[in-house]
Amino acid sequence: MVSQARKSELLFSGSDWNFSKLSRVYDEIEALGTEELGLDIYPVQMEVISSEQMLDAYSSVGMPLMYRHWSFGKRFLYDEFLYRKGARGLAYELVINSNPCIVYLMEENTMALQALVTAHAALGHNHFFKNNHLFRQWTDAGGILSYLDFAKSYIARCEERHGLAAVEAILDSAHALMEQGVFRYHRPPKLSSEQQREGLRERLEYEERSFNDLWRTLPPSQGRNKPEAGDEILAERKKSLKLPEENLLYFLEKNSLVLEPWQREIVRIVRVIAQYFYPQRQTQVMNEGCATFVHYTIMNRLFDRGRISEGAMLEILRNHSNVVFQPTYDDPRYSGINPYALGLDMMQDIQRISTAPTAEDRDWFPDIAGRGDWRDTLLDAWANHRDESFIRQYLSPRLIRKWRLFVLADGADEPHYEVASIHNERGYARIRSALAQSYDIGASRPDIQVVDVDLLGDRHLRLQHKVKDGIMLEGQSRDATLRHIRNLWGYEVSLAAIDAGTGATLSERWTKEL
Amino acid sequence: MPIFIDRRLNPKDKSLGNRQRFLRRAREDLKRSIRDKVRTGGIAELDREHAVPMPRKGTDEPTFGVDKQSGRRQHILPGNRTFSPGDLIDKPGGGGGYGSAPGTTESEDDFRFVLSREEVLDLFFEDLELPDLVKLNLKQILSFKPRRAGFAASGAPTNINVGRTMRNSHGRRIALRRPKQTELDEVARQIAELEAKPASAAVGERIKALREDLERLERRRRRIAYVDPVDIRFNRFDPQPVPNANAVMFCLMDVSGSMGEREKDLAKRFFVLLHLFLTRRYERIEVVFIRHTHQAKEVDEQTFFYHTESGGTVVSTALEEMHRIIQERYPAAEWNIYAAQASDGDNFATDSERCIELLDRKLMRLCQYFAYVEIIDERESHIFGSTENGTSLWRAYNAVDGKWPNFQMRRIAAPADIYPVFRELFARQPALRKSA
Repeated sequence: MVSQARKSELLFSGSDWNFSKLSRVYDEIEALGTEELGLDIYPVQMEVISSEQMLDAYSSVGMPLMYRHWSFGKRFLYDEFLYRKGARGLAYELVINSNPCIVYLMEENTMALQALVTAHAALGHNHFFKNNHLFRQWTDAGGILSYLDFAKSYIARCEERHGLAAVEAILDSAHALMEQGVFRYHRPPKLSSEQQREGLRERLEYEERSFNDLWRTLPPSQGRNKPEAGDEILAERKKSLKLPEENLLYFLEKNSLVLEPWQREIVRIVRVIAQYFYPQRQTQVMNEGCATFVHYTIMNRLFDRGRISEGAMLEILRNHSNVVFQPTYDDPRYSGINPYALGLDMMQDIQRISTAPTAEDRDWFPDIAGRGDWRDTLLDAWANHRDESFIRQYLSPRLIRKWRLFVLADGADEPHYEVASIHNERGYARIRSALAQSYDIGASRPDIQVVDVDLLGDRHLRLQHKVKDGIMLEGQSRDATLRHIRNLWGYEVSLAAIDAGTGATLSERWTKEL
Repeated sequence: MPIFIDRRLNPKDKSLGNRQRFLRRAREDLKRSIRDKVRTGGIAELDREHAVPMPRKGTDEPTFGVDKQSGRRQHILPGNRTFSPGDLIDKPGGGGGYGSAPGTTESEDDFRFVLSREEVLDLFFEDLELPDLVKLNLKQILSFKPRRAGFAASGAPTNINVGRTMRNSHGRRIALRRPKQTELDEVARQIAELEAKPASAAVGERIKALREDLERLERRRRRIAYVDPVDIRFNRFDPQPVPNANAVMFCLMDVSGSMGEREKDLAKRFFVLLHLFLTRRYERIEVVFIRHTHQAKEVDEQTFFYHTESGGTVVSTALEEMHRIIQERYPAAEWNIYAAQASDGDNFATDSERCIELLDRKLMRLCQYFAYVEIIDERESHIFGSTENGTSLWRAYNAVDGKWPNFQMRRIAAPADIYPVFRELFARQPALRKSA
């Protein structure tokens, strides 16, 4: 009788899945997640796909809809090659930051794996997307799918009207600047609604139709544009163009004199998509950590309640430990710090500090140590941090010891690496800050800005690269990228490398030299 | 409860458009890969899928990236065991070490992907300047073979489908109530029984009735045929395109020192194109390679293309060898014989007459088609143009050309010149297909 009762409590048995099992498991997991962990999620849409469709999704940067471009074809071939060769497995799931939150499940997964994936993606990632401030401020989960739909059909229409080659040229150039196509510091202008975009397009079309060349022949009015002191003009000019500008794509889109309206719109599409992905890049550790923490907690809870069989739990744990495996630096498998492992460890560490702190923890984390409400602490961290600030705030000495982290100082001119800090009393703070620094995208990506352009003169576009710690740009790719900028700008472009500390010009590259 | 959507049955190949764009982008590189395949592979091997290396030119996506060889930076690594602050560690020199660049480029080097047969042929055709119709013909798989396609009410007696016919007949017999043999036998038995009994008026009456019955039944049997023409069904066959015969293709080539890499490459493409064309028309194709200097020899493909031999040039030896092989192994009645000859036109002065004689008297009677290409330098191409004079072999073959419609000759300096040699062949194809 006991075994009967226990059996009936199991959410599923056997490894095959079907939709009613999936639904039952989802309901149970959602109830656990929202009640016990206090998660707050978008409604979920689960889509079952085959491995080929997963490859398709990979090649279009994980989005269900994407415009067409050869680079996606290249990526597809590359992913397919690795997959067919067996060098790399496919992800068990893919989740899209949209409202409703779309979760792709692979049809090959076993039922245990589907349960794991549901907890990981439909609860963990979903909660993070909905609550993290970066996603809330920088992306529009409700509008992204309709925007991509618009982008895809708009670009297809452009290809019909202007030819594949012309569209491809613009996309190539815009893709080259995707990294410089985001607002890092101030909030981007809100995505306009479908209606507004339609209005904008109509206005552009009206302007094209009603263009009259006669206006150009009117004599210029007298008394304006008097030459004044150089500095003042420069300052005025910069002010009117809102220079310096860090978002190169935005600047080119708004100010380029050679782009046709449709080309401007394409640049804008690329920029919007780059901006949409920007928060994901800043929250890798947190996002994966959050999802992993959620699935680990929920799965264990389900097992404790007897809702999952031991066999299924064993399979779940095996997959879980594969995901959070972190080889040491001298292991041939080492390929950087595993964000799943670091995220999960830090979050479990927060749980430990809240409930069973040591004296050291009380010293380092007086705010949260021993307060017992680890759920609130985690919810707060998930909502208000990105990787850099999260590590700076919460990486504990105990975890540094557990991971045996150390810092290597690497000067390009020196023949040696120097061990700068290790996991000891003097090293904790430095390691923590160095690790946080390495996750700061703003600091690790080259800082390139538009500093000046004389639109009434030679229209020479001046870019500036602020060189930090002597790290220069790689020459070949820099030249190729400059060529792309020139394509979009239409006139001379130069890139000066300025040392961030001293302000000295280290080098300058002009497109006419290329 | 979440929304579930089963997408597994959605159309596949969502990224086909991206693939096409990518192939177009990398066209030049891919063309070179296919050209290499033609150069290194067998001439019969082109006509299928091929794995090609990832093209590099035109497919890089530049961005502003940092120079790894400059500046100061910090690496944070897990798993310290022995280090203390201040320790110096030698940098890994050259290859190896973690995260070093060489590892990644290597893996990209052996990254290959598969082009479908159509894509391969597209790339191969590109600078041959074939007319579109010909391209289509070559890409299609053409030829006919009868294939069962249901039943017909009319046809040749050999195609009668007995089962179907008998079924129809059985149905008709039941519907029209054709008396069975057992029924007749039964009546006959009753008559015999009654006749055996002592005669009486009642019995006589009964026998008479039975005899009438029997006669009626027999009449009915005669009127309703056992198998009627309306029952008969024939197997119907549809002509299904399939190659219909055997062909042998002779590749003749001058391999004396004057034939360099470029000449051999052009010659090879010429052979490949003929072979492609023949594969569309014939079920089985054998290829015979004959190379010659001052003496000719049948060799395998590898030797044919890659071994050089020194010596003079006597073309007629190759023709004689070809004739000998035809006599021995390929009777003209059973084989369609095609020949393709490539040469730079040099020949021993007095030998050309002999070539004319061999072709005129013997070979052209046996061959379906004989194509000759003379590979010349690009600089010479405008000098020679279409003038009658030229190398000794050219002048000799000119005489044959006028006489035999299935003889074609051409000077080629570039891949685009190859196709016109076959123009006649491709032009004749529709007529041939109809007769097939």
